[in-house]
Amino acid sequence: MSTAAPTFIPAEEQIPALGEQQPAGLRRLLLDHPRILVGLLLLAILAVVALLAPWISPHNPIAVDADNARLPPGAGHLLGTDELGRDVLSRVFWGGRISLPVAFVAVGVGLVAGGLTGVLAGYRGGVTDLLLMRLVDAILAFPALILAIALVAALGPSLRNAMIAIGIVQIPVYARLTRAQVLQLKSLDFVTAARALGASPARIIGRHMLPNLLNPLIVQVSLSAAFGMLAEATLSFLGLSAPPPTPDWGFMISTGQSFLVNGDWWMAAGPGAAICLAVFGFNWLGDSLRDALDPRLHR
Amino acid sequence: MLEYIVRRLGLMVPTAFLVTVGVFLLIHLTPGDPATVILAESYTPEAAAQIHKDLGLDRPLPQQYALYLGRLLHGDLGRSVRNKLPVTQAIGERFPATLELGIAALLWSLLIAIPMGTLAALRRGRVLDVVASGLTVAGISVPNFVVGIMLILFFGLVLRVLPVGGFTALTESVPDNLSRLVMPAIALGTFGAASNMRFTRSSMIEVLNQDYIRTARAKGAGWWRVVNRHALKNALIPVVTIVGLQVGGILEGALVTETVFSWPGVGKLAVESIFAKDFPVVQGIVLMAALSFMLANLLVDLVYAWLDPRISYS
Repeated sequence: MSTAAPTFIPAEEQIPALGEQQPAGLRRLLLDHPRILVGLLLLAILAVVALLAPWISPHNPIAVDADNARLPPGAGHLLGTDELGRDVLSRVFWGGRISLPVAFVAVGVGLVAGGLTGVLAGYRGGVTDLLLMRLVDAILAFPALILAIALVAALGPSLRNAMIAIGIVQIPVYARLTRAQVLQLKSLDFVTAARALGASPARIIGRHMLPNLLNPLIVQVSLSAAFGMLAEATLSFLGLSAPPPTPDWGFMISTGQSFLVNGDWWMAAGPGAAICLAVFGFNWLGDSLRDALDPRLHR
Repeated sequence: MLEYIVRRLGLMVPTAFLVTVGVFLLIHLTPGDPATVILAESYTPEAAAQIHKDLGLDRPLPQQYALYLGRLLHGDLGRSVRNKLPVTQAIGERFPATLELGIAALLWSLLIAIPMGTLAALRRGRVLDVVASGLTVAGISVPNFVVGIMLILFFGLVLRVLPVGGFTALTESVPDNLSRLVMPAIALGTFGAASNMRFTRSSMIEVLNQDYIRTARAKGAGWWRVVNRHALKNALIPVVTIVGLQVGGILEGALVTETVFSWPGVGKLAVESIFAKDFPVVQGIVLMAALSFMLANLLVDLVYAWLDPRISYS
């Protein structure tokens, strides 16, 4: 195959060579890919609402008011009240303070643990690589959400354990991603040059490889934040996350479901919409970032 | 091919071993004494000692694992703490319901995904494509319990055309079984429908750019014939992989969907067992889920090689 005649490849189809590239400038990126802005804006709105929840919530999210239980949406309670008379809108605002940080902490756990595993396996190679990747394969052998649920069931249901479990099941995707990148980068000239100049492994990885790892990692962080939100919502829907009366979207929906037969649709509607918006935001952002940052998609 | 199958099966052994270690250790992740957690209010030292004995917790850890693995190789997953039934029997009784739901969900997802994905590819960049792309991102963003609740609300409570939950065995009444199957299958299959659609679209776009499609067109073959006979067949090869990988997604989704619709499958059993602290059943279900997921991945690779003669696994 190596004797193939040189073939003409149109310039626009050439895959940009990996080199000492820096992440594209943010302004340029947003101007070229307005879809990214849409995702960022949606997430920013959700984050601001969650941050400002104590000041913008019309009511106390955990104050029980039995006289006003199960009120339909209307003046005073824009999204109605739940079975204990708590204002659904205020609980949705406060719920963002639970669900959004959970997703970030969980992604952080997966990113740091998985990233380090991948760098170590890819850079060291040999037995280290073999052992670490078998471990990663074993985690990957479980359907992710089932493993997360099993871990929380064993550790005991709590917000902290939910974050740990969702983080652990994200380790494989980061480990494989960074390992593949590091393996590819390791053989490139600029890394060889750095090593020849006597740079330490830490310097080679931190100074020369990391900038090249950033793009795929940014995309993955956004997509796995979407997974993290979905997973947390599922855990809390099943009653395996924050205990009541914490306003938590998944659990609010599960309570709301039991009142559906009475026609009280609003108790599940508010938190349901909030989860969908947040997950949609992260998926949209991840998708548009991939379009913008992945050189393989530029055709 | 045979050599490849043997090699792949061989590679599965260490992973399967680690999986059993992981599942075995689940019960030991419990902070404190599992017997205290299982017994809760009904705790007495005697009952705790009995549980230690039943679950083998009174032995050293390596010995416990050796026993666990030994029993596992004989197809013994232990007994339920709740009703003393063998775990294999408890899972076996619930399995047909989950299988039916899973197949229905898969069919629903393909029924939506293949025509929509193909259309989006043919209308690339046009309104239909943009709408379809938006729908796919929305489809993977809505949790299946939210889809389920919306379906219950509209079809079960507002329009009153479908029962809101429950299960009737196929052997009892086919129409009743099917009418209860529709909503959970849609709820469970929506995520897959969206990801299959995205995959069909990109695969179809790739195939439509190939030379042989242009050749077929140049030879005067009609548009429909080219799409149907030449392109779709090849475009669906990578879709097979995604369908296989969805086995995992269906197992995950079944947990929640079965709970929402009171569908008496393995997923609902898992949730019930988690709340009853029935560790042997939880461990059994997690192990079965992991093993079937691994097997599905293997099957995907084999089917893939069989479908696409260009791929050789030497």
